[in-house]
Amino acid sequence: MLNQKEILSTIEMIDQQHLDIRTITMGISLLSCCDPDPKKACDKIYDKITRYAENLVKTGEDIEREFGIPIVNKRISVTPMALVAGASETEDYVPFARAMDKAAAACGVNFIGGYSALVQKGMTLADEKLIRSIPEALASTNYVCSSVNVGSTKAGINMDAVALMGRIIKEVAQATADQDGLGCSKLVVFCNAVEDNPFMAGAFHGVGEAEKVINVGVSGPGVVHHALQAVKGQPFDVVAETIKKTAFRITRMGQLVAREASSRLDTPFGIVDLSLAPTPAVGDSVARILEEMGLEVCGTHGTTAALAMLNDAVKKGGVMASSSVGGLSGAFIPVSEDEGMIAAARGGVLCLDKLEAMTCVCSVGLDMIAVPGDTSAETLAAIIADEAAIGMVNCKTTAVRLIPAPGKTVGDTVEIGGLFGSAPVMPVHPESSAAFIARGGRIPAPLHSLKN
Amino acid sequence: MNAIVTVVGQDKVGIIAAICILMSEYNVNILDISQTILQGAFTMVMAVDVSKSTASIGELGTALAELGGKMDLSIRIQREEIFDAMHRI
Repeated sequence: MLNQKEILSTIEMIDQQHLDIRTITMGISLLSCCDPDPKKACDKIYDKITRYAENLVKTGEDIEREFGIPIVNKRISVTPMALVAGASETEDYVPFARAMDKAAAACGVNFIGGYSALVQKGMTLADEKLIRSIPEALASTNYVCSSVNVGSTKAGINMDAVALMGRIIKEVAQATADQDGLGCSKLVVFCNAVEDNPFMAGAFHGVGEAEKVINVGVSGPGVVHHALQAVKGQPFDVVAETIKKTAFRITRMGQLVAREASSRLDTPFGIVDLSLAPTPAVGDSVARILEEMGLEVCGTHGTTAALAMLNDAVKKGGVMASSSVGGLSGAFIPVSEDEGMIAAARGGVLCLDKLEAMTCVCSVGLDMIAVPGDTSAETLAAIIADEAAIGMVNCKTTAVRLIPAPGKTVGDTVEIGGLFGSAPVMPVHPESSAAFIARGGRIPAPLHSLKN
Repeated sequence: MNAIVTVVGQDKVGIIAAICILMSEYNVNILDISQTILQGAFTMVMAVDVSKSTASIGELGTALAELGGKMDLSIRIQREEIFDAMHRI
């Protein structure tokens, strides 16, 4: 029998510590929608998505009501669109994004991910067409998210794709200049992208996945922060244990919701992504967890070590709580989406170089960072290359989601709104990387990729 | 199927009575009640069996929230599994 204290502690987590299920994401394979006629392919895409995800939002809301746990987002991820659109005889891939957008609107989901290309070793004609269409695709849709995988531990880093993505990010910012470059918040450049990530903007339904699948992303930085307040001044062993226990509880709830959604939607359960995903709300910040460990401000010396421990403890606690853990799983550090990170960046303590170091030990990468609007495409590409190198060498996922906000400079703030929050524009190094990026070609995979 | 009803707010006459009446209207059986005053706030936890209920949990939740609104209390109902998942292995 449950006791009153346990019941009330769960309710306190939901009410006061922002505990929620961040997303239920339905992955849908669109490989069956390939057609030489692009119009027919788009119709098939719309039909298939709306057929499979028809009840996704309603089911999410039902579960929310019955279990009393908020489910913040309901989302869809699809097969990387370059693979589907590649079969069609057309130069213009934007209609495919519009078909995704229309389907997302019809289903009532918050986002649809998968306007993507996987080009870690080389680009097909379809990949290149898709990448070049990203600016128009993101500017002319509301729900579509895009991602491009430019490197992997196995394949190395495709530096031609890196250079191209630097230019594309600039173009996306320009195409959505009236909204401070909002489009860039829906574009992620990956190294070692995962196929079952439920989080946006980087979600896509990998080719190794089933016909359809339910993936769930949990959250709960506020709960971890609260738990750590009870162990002030105690050694790190105690801190790690506390985080593990908390992560276990949070993930158990994610597993329950995932199982329930999977059975109600008659869709196989994929994974629980046990990430600590912050929001701009006070009390829902990863930065504040790091500060609770004893750092005056997130970004000062010791931050990387604190984040490394947090990331590891979250995984260890969560992995026992779910039958299948996947996605990105760890601690996210998106600057604009984290109240503590915003404050640290605004105070000048958290800089791009420190964030890069932090990405060596966190679960993703340089995320939701605003840089000056006049940052060159080559500098953006070089930042991507640095981040991809960290991912490639350390066999981990890394990502870059930068917003070179048009007309903005250091000291300004980019207001993105909603869960995306607001981002203080951070300085980049003014020295040129142009000659480095101009080389092109491929950075070979590291020696430890040769495991066979 | 069991669910947990929780009530938090200012203590006053008739809280338990009002909730019990509402439960019986929907044919919900009360299994256990515990209440306490926690830091000045009235807190009650009630385990109920909703398997013969005439309304779904969602509808019960709406009815309880309405009652809570009238009595200036936070009242909610949640399926028991969520607490089991979090606190039991």
